[in-house]
Amino acid sequence: MMNADPMTYNPATPDKSGHFGQFGGRYVPETLMSSLIELERQYLAIVGDEQFRAELDGLLRDYAGRPTPLWNARRLSAELGGKCRIYLKREDLCHTGAHKINNTLGQALLARRLGKQRVIAETGAGQHGVATATAAALLELECDVFMGAEDIERQKLNVFRMELLGARVISVESGSGTLKDATNEAMRGWMARCDDTHYIIGSVVGPHPFPMIVRDFQSVIGSEARAQILEKEGRLPDVLMACVGGGSNAMGLFYPFRLDDKVEMYGVEAAGEGLETGRHAASICKGGVGVFHGSKSFVLQTPDGQITPAHSISAGLDYPGTGPEHSYFSSTGRARYTAVTDAEALEAVQLLCRTEGIIPALESAHAIAYAAKLAPDLPPDSLMILCLSGRGDKDVYSIARGLGKTI
Amino acid sequence: MNSRIARIFEQLQQRGERALIPYLTAGFPAPGFTLPLLDALVRGGADIIELGVPFSDPIADGPTIQRASQEALAAGTTLQGILEMVHEFRRKHDTPIVLFGAYNPFFHYGLERFAGDAARAGTDAVLVPDLPVEECAEAAHCLSDKGLHLICLVAPTTTSERKALIAQHASGFIYYISVKGVTGARNSASFKLDEPIRDLRRVTNLPVVVGFGIARPDQAAEVAQYADGVVVGSALIDLISANRGEKDLGARVEEYTRAMKAPLIPASASRN
Repeated sequence: MMNADPMTYNPATPDKSGHFGQFGGRYVPETLMSSLIELERQYLAIVGDEQFRAELDGLLRDYAGRPTPLWNARRLSAELGGKCRIYLKREDLCHTGAHKINNTLGQALLARRLGKQRVIAETGAGQHGVATATAAALLELECDVFMGAEDIERQKLNVFRMELLGARVISVESGSGTLKDATNEAMRGWMARCDDTHYIIGSVVGPHPFPMIVRDFQSVIGSEARAQILEKEGRLPDVLMACVGGGSNAMGLFYPFRLDDKVEMYGVEAAGEGLETGRHAASICKGGVGVFHGSKSFVLQTPDGQITPAHSISAGLDYPGTGPEHSYFSSTGRARYTAVTDAEALEAVQLLCRTEGIIPALESAHAIAYAAKLAPDLPPDSLMILCLSGRGDKDVYSIARGLGKTI
Repeated sequence: MNSRIARIFEQLQQRGERALIPYLTAGFPAPGFTLPLLDALVRGGADIIELGVPFSDPIADGPTIQRASQEALAAGTTLQGILEMVHEFRRKHDTPIVLFGAYNPFFHYGLERFAGDAARAGTDAVLVPDLPVEECAEAAHCLSDKGLHLICLVAPTTTSERKALIAQHASGFIYYISVKGVTGARNSASFKLDEPIRDLRRVTNLPVVVGFGIARPDQAAEVAQYADGVVVGSALIDLISANRGEKDLGARVEEYTRAMKAPLIPASASRN
């Protein structure tokens, strides 16, 4: 556990200027500052508005399929020694197949309230792009999705889905042609048209107020899970477990438990081919403090302060940065961060398929893999909630390839 | 602060001139090009030079400077190496150097250590486009401690209230971004500068320079009606890129610099 920093956790974060301790902030060109300040002001007013809440809750319930079940994974628990009862928060059952829709519905509704007719988003594998295109179609917003040229080639199915939903997919040729470059381009695109466009960022990253906004919209995961476990077990869980790339599903699960001191939180990063190989995406475990995509957080970088490409079998975790609030949770010891390899994630996919009849997304499989390591060491009668952030249908080709099979 | 930058603007004002401020990505297309290109800019009449520190993931740069940065990095350019270039340059020239680049390389170098090394190399100022005044306290402190300016930016979207806030932090000169969006040469006939710059001058006595999108002498002339200086970036990078293999690259850069400077000199003076 990282505890080099003497900071203690302050639940009233971010502060007024968007900082989580030393992390977060707004490291953006002056051109965007007025928009960010205005967005924060309007967001705080809108999010407290009952009518907005009611409209969003209605969409989450009747359109996205919330609340998602909290599933007692008995066979998985038994397989892992039976000392720990593992509950799966079934975000994979949301419309579009992952938790991403919680944020995009919230932000698309926000965009409408802001009077913006156009939304833009960045996407890596395409999951956030599809979720944004979905919300935009529903709420009659024009939608442009920035996607790396390399990713467009690798994720043709999702490109087609977005187009089918009425979005325009804009190919980003710069840099490595992946998620980080798509994010750069989305920020540039927003800078040029911030007056008529809202940027629906896909994770708890970017300049303030984005990490706060995305956290708030994703907190529905933890709020539901907290009520559900109290109802089913009559007590709080001992352990929360979630995968972390940018970290929106993890923050969504963790945040509503932040004041429950006895609840331990584990964020699981992608160790790719192994932390020692340098080919991984473990920015908290292996990176340093840096400024990237508008905020200060842990990032993967060279000794000269250049951002290095990440690697993971899971496209959703393949990102060289992480949310500033996760860096803060790590530095204050409020949550622990660890990493599992591509191979361990593949094992975990099969474990969950075999025991529970659920094909998890490769991202979520990282959380399962670490749960499998931790569960046998927990005291008897432990309770764990694991965020099953997405379903694995999108990953079957990668999974097959990883297992040496052709389909 | 009696700095080289302050002195240059004083001299220019006495002569009724406007400053020409070319931007050059350090290490583009390779580190060996930079010192000869800097010489050419000085010969062509550059008053201040912005030396770009390349970054892997710049958010304020358009395609031209992004590509230049990628090439410079691929060719092995580092911040340390750039400081060595500045040191070499300073042995020959008095022209002020502004290091221009994203925050992370400076931050990662260590702000205090960077300020010391940059000052020793002969750097005059640092301009960090992704460091708004709200986040600049630590950097500003470290830099001013070593006698370096932290140049602040003002955008078309900056409110009057923010202009006043920025003016409080500004030092050296203020950089007004002429357009929304990223860096890059533009063909648009005119920039809306009159009112925003008048608004800015209400809250600052510092020189105001204008950049983003200025490529041609007629654009420089237009901007010079309102500003104390004109920044030329992407157009120069395009020129270098197109002529990188040519023996007379330096001469072409010098010629372009002179052509951009010409409209910034009063007619009576330029006839001499």
